[in-house]
Amino acid sequence: MRAFAALLDRLSFTASRNAKLRLIRDHLADAPDPDRGWALAALTGALSFTAAKPAMIRQAVEARVDAELFRLSYDYVGDLAETAALIWPARHGANREPELSEVIDTLNTAKRGEVQGLLEGWLDALDADGRWALLKLVTGGLRVGVSARLAWQAAADFGGVEVADIQEVWHAQTPPYADLLAWLDGKTERPSAMAHGRFRPVMLAQPIDEAIDLPRLDPAAYAAEWKWDGIRVQAVSEGGVKRLYSRTGEDVSGAFPDVLAALNYEGAIDGELLVLRDGRVAPFGDLQQRLNRKTAEAKLIASHPAGIRAYDLLAAEGEDLRALPFAERRARLEAFVAAIGSDRIDLSPLVPFETWKGLAARRAEPPPGDPQSAEGLMLKRLDSVYEAGRPKGPWFKWKRDPHLIDAVLMYAQRGHGKRSSFYSDYTFGVWTEDADGIHVLTPVGKAYFGFTDEELKQLDKFVRDHTVERFGPVRSVTATREFGLVLEVAFEGLQRSKRHKSGVAMRFPRISRIRWDKPAKEADELATLERMLD
Amino acid sequence: MALKATLTRMSLPDHGFASVLRPTPGGLWCPEGDFYIDPPRPVARAVITHGHADHARAGHGAVLATPETLAIMGERYGADFAGRTQALTYGERLKVGGVEVSLAPAGHVLGSAQATVRHGGLTITASGDYKRRRDPTCAAFEPVPSDVFITEATFGLPVFRHPPDTQEIGRLLRSVQQFPERAHLVGAYALGKAQRVIRLLREAGYDETIYVHGALERLNRLYEHFGVDLGPLAPATGSKADFAGRIVIAPPSAIADRCSRRFPDPVTAFASGWMSVRARVRQRGVELPLILSDHADWDELTATLTELSPQEIWITHGRDDALRRWAELEGLTARALHLVGYEDEDDD
Ligand SMILES: [Zn+2]
Ligand SMILES: [Zn+2]
Repeated sequence: MRAFAALLDRLSFTASRNAKLRLIRDHLADAPDPDRGWALAALTGALSFTAAKPAMIRQAVEARVDAELFRLSYDYVGDLAETAALIWPARHGANREPELSEVIDTLNTAKRGEVQGLLEGWLDALDADGRWALLKLVTGGLRVGVSARLAWQAAADFGGVEVADIQEVWHAQTPPYADLLAWLDGKTERPSAMAHGRFRPVMLAQPIDEAIDLPRLDPAAYAAEWKWDGIRVQAVSEGGVKRLYSRTGEDVSGAFPDVLAALNYEGAIDGELLVLRDGRVAPFGDLQQRLNRKTAEAKLIASHPAGIRAYDLLAAEGEDLRALPFAERRARLEAFVAAIGSDRIDLSPLVPFETWKGLAARRAEPPPGDPQSAEGLMLKRLDSVYEAGRPKGPWFKWKRDPHLIDAVLMYAQRGHGKRSSFYSDYTFGVWTEDADGIHVLTPVGKAYFGFTDEELKQLDKFVRDHTVERFGPVRSVTATREFGLVLEVAFEGLQRSKRHKSGVAMRFPRISRIRWDKPAKEADELATLERMLD
Repeated sequence: MALKATLTRMSLPDHGFASVLRPTPGGLWCPEGDFYIDPPRPVARAVITHGHADHARAGHGAVLATPETLAIMGERYGADFAGRTQALTYGERLKVGGVEVSLAPAGHVLGSAQATVRHGGLTITASGDYKRRRDPTCAAFEPVPSDVFITEATFGLPVFRHPPDTQEIGRLLRSVQQFPERAHLVGAYALGKAQRVIRLLREAGYDETIYVHGALERLNRLYEHFGVDLGPLAPATGSKADFAGRIVIAPPSAIADRCSRRFPDPVTAFASGWMSVRARVRQRGVELPLILSDHADWDELTATLTELSPQEIWITHGRDDALRRWAELEGLTARALHLVGYEDEDDD
């Protein structure tokens, strides 16, 4: 437990991605089995305990510490688990310190009534760091700024393999990942990836640079399709196992039982998750109401029915199609979707075109109906295999509105008048590299409208939950490569500006969308903005 | 006259303690000896417990302190920091006016002392800042049986339990090993903490050159003069690459600012008792918190008060509310003096 606690402690204060990778990698190298596997499970979110409720912790502490002293301490520290970890009185001669695996095994088999006693015994035996890690683990509050993807990358670094290799086998493995770690140790072959319902690493598109890329691309070699305004998902149904994954491999099935029920096929579809009403795409805001919920309510499901618009077919009837060229996969997809015959799953149509100019015109003025709500176009080379990651060349995205960027929320300020109780003025930034080559955010603008009242409440909550510092009415929020809130910002024009540190100033910026789904590090770069200047 | 008027309005401790030592707006004052202890503003006569700036100010008419504290003040403020100075070694007793004054080690920093004032059969000890655990750079705290014990309460909340020093130094050394391409920039208060961190590193077997910020050099020399061996030190000047895998000690203010940019992708560490609270770590943007304090933690405070069991406990600064609550539960009499002007150097 000690090594795991030290790892969590260190991770929670480390901002740099590389440093986090090193910490996790070293832990995988140093910690024994099965503890290191459990640590990996904890970091990737594969463990969830909710056995211990805050009230239980409070009760255990108050049995040992004067309530008034506890209150003063909690006031000061501001976090229940942390206060409990710090204030817990040492018991000399207490039990041997428990190992992480011991805690997990015991909790997994403990009866409800036994949890409190177990917890108290462990708290007696651990030091403050260990107690903190334990309490965070058992209350399901393990937030140390590590995404599943980052942990996979660290595991890949440790084993000297590609992260896609890890992702490929991940969902076929179960904690504490003995086979996976033995493979990463170099002791065994790669474990089977053949588990039903597993995730396949996603292929992503490069943003296109119209001036540079288009002239050297042959329009006849590419297919075009609309880039729908939803959430990219992978819908897998194999041997009775049905799963819906986000593009980073997180299982989001729980929020979309209606979609899951419609996965009546044997294969893996890559598509866009949308709210679909009578085959028409509803605004992104409608989908947003279904997101960020662990479970869905029947009423919401009925009023906001979700479905998938299919882009690609990765596997069918037990056959892996990813090595086939796009044109062939597409033909298979069309037949596959037709055979499913569900109004929850339809086909993203191709956009026919002859020349880039002709396609640009369609992009600028999409035909009436769904395409008008599309974000833009995707270009896919007809011979492209389905390759994990964001390879340069085979796929491009060509967003519709040139004055649309994804920025990261940096500061929020209290509003005026009836908004004075909300943090409603948002300063956002894009990535740039500082003199040392480190990615930092540089503020590029400020917006205070474009969102609904409901979204304002969500933004306000985000600001309060993730405040780093306060300066009078302004708060800075967590905004790192690993964690931050991405805002899609629309604006009318861009000018050079000496007054702004970033060197650019936006005209009429507004929040066009809150990208709860988008990783902060994928927000735009300052260079993208600079290219818009001309 | 104005001062006298204020004094009479303040609620004074009884049992005759007030004739020995009493809290005033100008600090702790001894009427019989007509001197102040650690006064925040210049006075005619002062007893100084230790060299931290909030306790030892320049410009007093006369200063009584340990030889080490006088040397520290001289180093910080220049030789003419006071009209007159008088050194008093630990354990020596001196008549000042109608009272007897003596100094006992406080275990806080080099030369730190508790000031004990005796008069008419009453003993009051003003402990200044203190800690109870071993510190290789200064003499260990010595309990002085007293009727009134005046304590600080900087870490007077039961959430403050400083872990063993060796554990914290171990974390630093492990990080240096784990990130050999990065500099480790350790923020440590210039007087006391910096030298203690260096000395603890030496005790842990680290014998590489330690790089020190210019602001620490003179105090380091002074510590060495008083027999604290700091091992090989060098100024933290040079090119970026020189500091990869090195430990650099700097005052807390320097770790956050631009100066840290001179070092290759530094791991910023901060040695302070506040580092046990995560919000404080985040507030300072510290990557490697080291819980090392020169102040007593909760257990040390309460153990000291239990050990001495004085008739009255007076609390100068810090979390007097929690410590008073504890005293109440223990059946001890504690009062908060609300003395102003004491900051906590850990928070610097
Ligand atoms: Zn001090
Ligand atoms: Zn002090």
